[in-house]
Amino acid sequence: MILSSWIPLLGYITVFSPIIFLLVVGFQLLIGRPMSEFALGRWLKSAIILSLFATLAILAIMLVTGSRREIVDMGNMVAIDRVHFHFHISLIFDRLSVPMAILSLVLCGTVGAFALSYLHRDAGFQRFFLSFAMFLVGMVMASLAGTIETLFLGWELVGLSSALLVAYYQERPTPVANGLRVWAIYRLADAAFLAAAVALHHQHSEGNFSVLMGNEAWPAGKASLSEGTALLVGTFLLIAAAGKSGLVPFSGWLPRAMEGPTPSSAIFYGALSVHLGVFLLLRVSPILDQSALLSSMVIILGLVSAILAAIAGRVQTDVKSALAFASLTQVSIIVVEIGFGLRYLALIHIIGHACMRSLQLLRAPTLMRDYKTMENAIGKSLDHGSPWIIGWLSRSTQLRLYRCAIERGYLDSMLDACIVRPFIRLFSMFNRWERAWTQWLSGSHKVIPIAVEDASHE
Amino acid sequence: MNELHLPWLELAILVPTIAAIWVGRIHESSRARTASLAVAAITLFLTTACWIDFESLVTFEAHDHWDLVRAIIGRNELVIDKLNAPLLPLTTLLFFLTMLATPRVKFGKYSFSLGLLSLSSTLAVLSCRETWLLITFLAVNAIPMYVDLRSRGKSTRIFAFHIGLSLVCFIAGAVIYQYSDSEFWQGVAIVFLVTAVLIRSGCAPLHCWITDLFEHAAFGNALLFVTPLVGAYVAMRLILPIAPDWALHWIAFLSLFTALYASCMALVQTDSRRFFCYLFLSHSSLVLVGLETASPIGLTGALCVWFSVALSLTGLGLTLRCVEARTGPLSLAQYHGLYSHMPQLAGFFLLTGLSAVGFPCTIGFTGTELLVEAGIGISPLVGAVVVVSTAMNGIAILHAYFRIFTGTSHPSTIVLKTLKSERIAILTFTLLLIGAGLWPQPGVHSRFDAAVELLNHRGIAKIEIQADADPE
Repeated sequence: MILSSWIPLLGYITVFSPIIFLLVVGFQLLIGRPMSEFALGRWLKSAIILSLFATLAILAIMLVTGSRREIVDMGNMVAIDRVHFHFHISLIFDRLSVPMAILSLVLCGTVGAFALSYLHRDAGFQRFFLSFAMFLVGMVMASLAGTIETLFLGWELVGLSSALLVAYYQERPTPVANGLRVWAIYRLADAAFLAAAVALHHQHSEGNFSVLMGNEAWPAGKASLSEGTALLVGTFLLIAAAGKSGLVPFSGWLPRAMEGPTPSSAIFYGALSVHLGVFLLLRVSPILDQSALLSSMVIILGLVSAILAAIAGRVQTDVKSALAFASLTQVSIIVVEIGFGLRYLALIHIIGHACMRSLQLLRAPTLMRDYKTMENAIGKSLDHGSPWIIGWLSRSTQLRLYRCAIERGYLDSMLDACIVRPFIRLFSMFNRWERAWTQWLSGSHKVIPIAVEDASHE
Repeated sequence: MNELHLPWLELAILVPTIAAIWVGRIHESSRARTASLAVAAITLFLTTACWIDFESLVTFEAHDHWDLVRAIIGRNELVIDKLNAPLLPLTTLLFFLTMLATPRVKFGKYSFSLGLLSLSSTLAVLSCRETWLLITFLAVNAIPMYVDLRSRGKSTRIFAFHIGLSLVCFIAGAVIYQYSDSEFWQGVAIVFLVTAVLIRSGCAPLHCWITDLFEHAAFGNALLFVTPLVGAYVAMRLILPIAPDWALHWIAFLSLFTALYASCMALVQTDSRRFFCYLFLSHSSLVLVGLETASPIGLTGALCVWFSVALSLTGLGLTLRCVEARTGPLSLAQYHGLYSHMPQLAGFFLLTGLSAVGFPCTIGFTGTELLVEAGIGISPLVGAVVVVSTAMNGIAILHAYFRIFTGTSHPSTIVLKTLKSERIAILTFTLLLIGAGLWPQPGVHSRFDAAVELLNHRGIAKIEIQADADPE
């Protein structure tokens, strides 16, 4: 009983340590007086260690007391009592959130320490750690979110920091274009998430998971939604998860995201950010149980993504892209596991995969050098082998598969051809019409080089 | 009606009016700027004092002590109430910060005298609720903008045509409504009034005057002409209390269309000012969407979005203006790579932009959430359009950010860093945007009270709140 009374304080420490770190980093940049690398490193380490120890302490208390779920109520951000509108902030500590928060803090701590040396004296050092702090806050908030609004808050912070870090090397146009692409997909996912969140909020006038997913501790909850509503909300959430985790048809952003510095690739696209979509599916898994059709959609999406990622990963010529598709394969398998209702397995799979992939990505640059040394030593290329199934396929099938793999399933080209280009053409046309209309109204006859304008968008 | 302790409202309108004449006679631009800043600061004090005085009275509305307008026309038509009490200091703050952040190179192009005149007429509009006086103030409010366009040698036809048309519609609507008894003619009057508001708010397809304004007028003047959302204010004052449901549906439909259309148009713009203009149109339309919900939550959301639009988009506009002052007009067709020269402006651009699209922990988040919630209550399609348009705007913001601040290295032999006056403006905006995002309850509470009173004028709030509170 006495031990449990410590949980709210520890919960606050868990969340506010990263928030204070973010505020400190943001404020010093805003006033134009950046602190030294050493000082920033101290702030980072203190924030993560404090937060991690607080979470571990909560875990220890829960193990000692046998509690399976603890809720830390942080009050209403907005409350309009007269119309029963509440925007509630609460943290939930259960078998899903505690491992995820610990995983986030351990990996952020490790990769943060690695990045302090990796980006030493880099021009974007402060900028990197501002985005990193934003990511850390986002992951901790999302992991421990007790309401769907809190989860959305963390989700958005993770999305923004991801896009900014993909465009980290901002003097070149390619990383920037890739950053924008990642952001565009994330915004789509955010829109789907927001729609689902508001729909859930609308049903119950609040977004508490303990109300929405039943009173039992995860994973035993039961959603208080009808099958139709569950299907609608679940579909939105599935789109959100697919966008965030790079599932089909949004897989194209994942290899593009590898443009960022190695530490961010490791933490974002190998370990944590890419798993946020599947974490969302795990958190709302009681909704999936409400609809067999929804569960089937989850399984099919996972299977298709896994197959595509496995094929595309075989033909990548740079190590980070190969690792990106390897990540995607595992994430897709986790989605299949969730669809089948194997939640503990999915959670363990997330933790194991995130740790292994972070290590691989951090090791990747030096591994390439070691390979080169080995190949020089033996005087020939290392044998990578090929899967047994290749031998069974005809030459033309192999070629078709190769083309499909090298084009990453034609997903990006398909999105460009079906959505992006028609969209730009249509609205560029409206833009021309509007300009012509205003010129006519103003009595001006100046010719505007529209062709140049349109070409820039292509 | 309750009386304020001093004539704050009239002083707030008169001080900048008289000062505008004085400042207009100062030929040295830096002295004119100092004088204008002092006047704007005094006006900010007056409007803030007015707000505090009003809150201390604990009433729905109040008017000035020694009311000059009442002495002239016999009625209390300049009022402060729950709706406009915070809008007056907010508007004055926007003018003050815009004048403060005006860089020296813009002194020749930005008329401080016209700025003060614009401030006084905007405050007059925002403190007025009587139809004819409101229409008069709206006409006066357009004069500084017209003079600005004329003085630059630009065509005034589009601006004059649209503003003139909206005034004609206002007058026609007011006359017909006042002198007709039949339901048909009252409906006709409503159509005129709705059309006038839609033109003044820049609803598509009657929005071209705003793009023209941003392209040809001084950026600062254009910004301050549109960001106080005078059109939305007139809609709340004149239309909401009397309009039948079908009129509100039409306003909402056109506003939703504008929100979506402008958000898509923002994505294909290659000119930074046109980009800003469409972004503004997309967000400002959302305020009118809240009208259709005619529910406390929807209207509260709309009024919160109003604050968010005014603060965030003025901040964003000022950032663009500061960047343009250093580089000249910006094309979004190419990368400019200005981050290394002006990291603070880059960060502020992102902050204001994301705040406008309702990013969590910023001022826009709660308003957007409330609006979507109320929208879904009416129809899932309304909620979906709001969500999609904010998503598109988010993409447009980052697209513009990347184009202006990244993608290449910008060679420059002169220092382009942020000036002290710009830093003060940035810090003030940042504190307001994040402060109101992290602690939204006071703002939302104030807007909810305003929304309830507006709906009381319409005669539905009490019923609806009662129904919400007691489903049985």
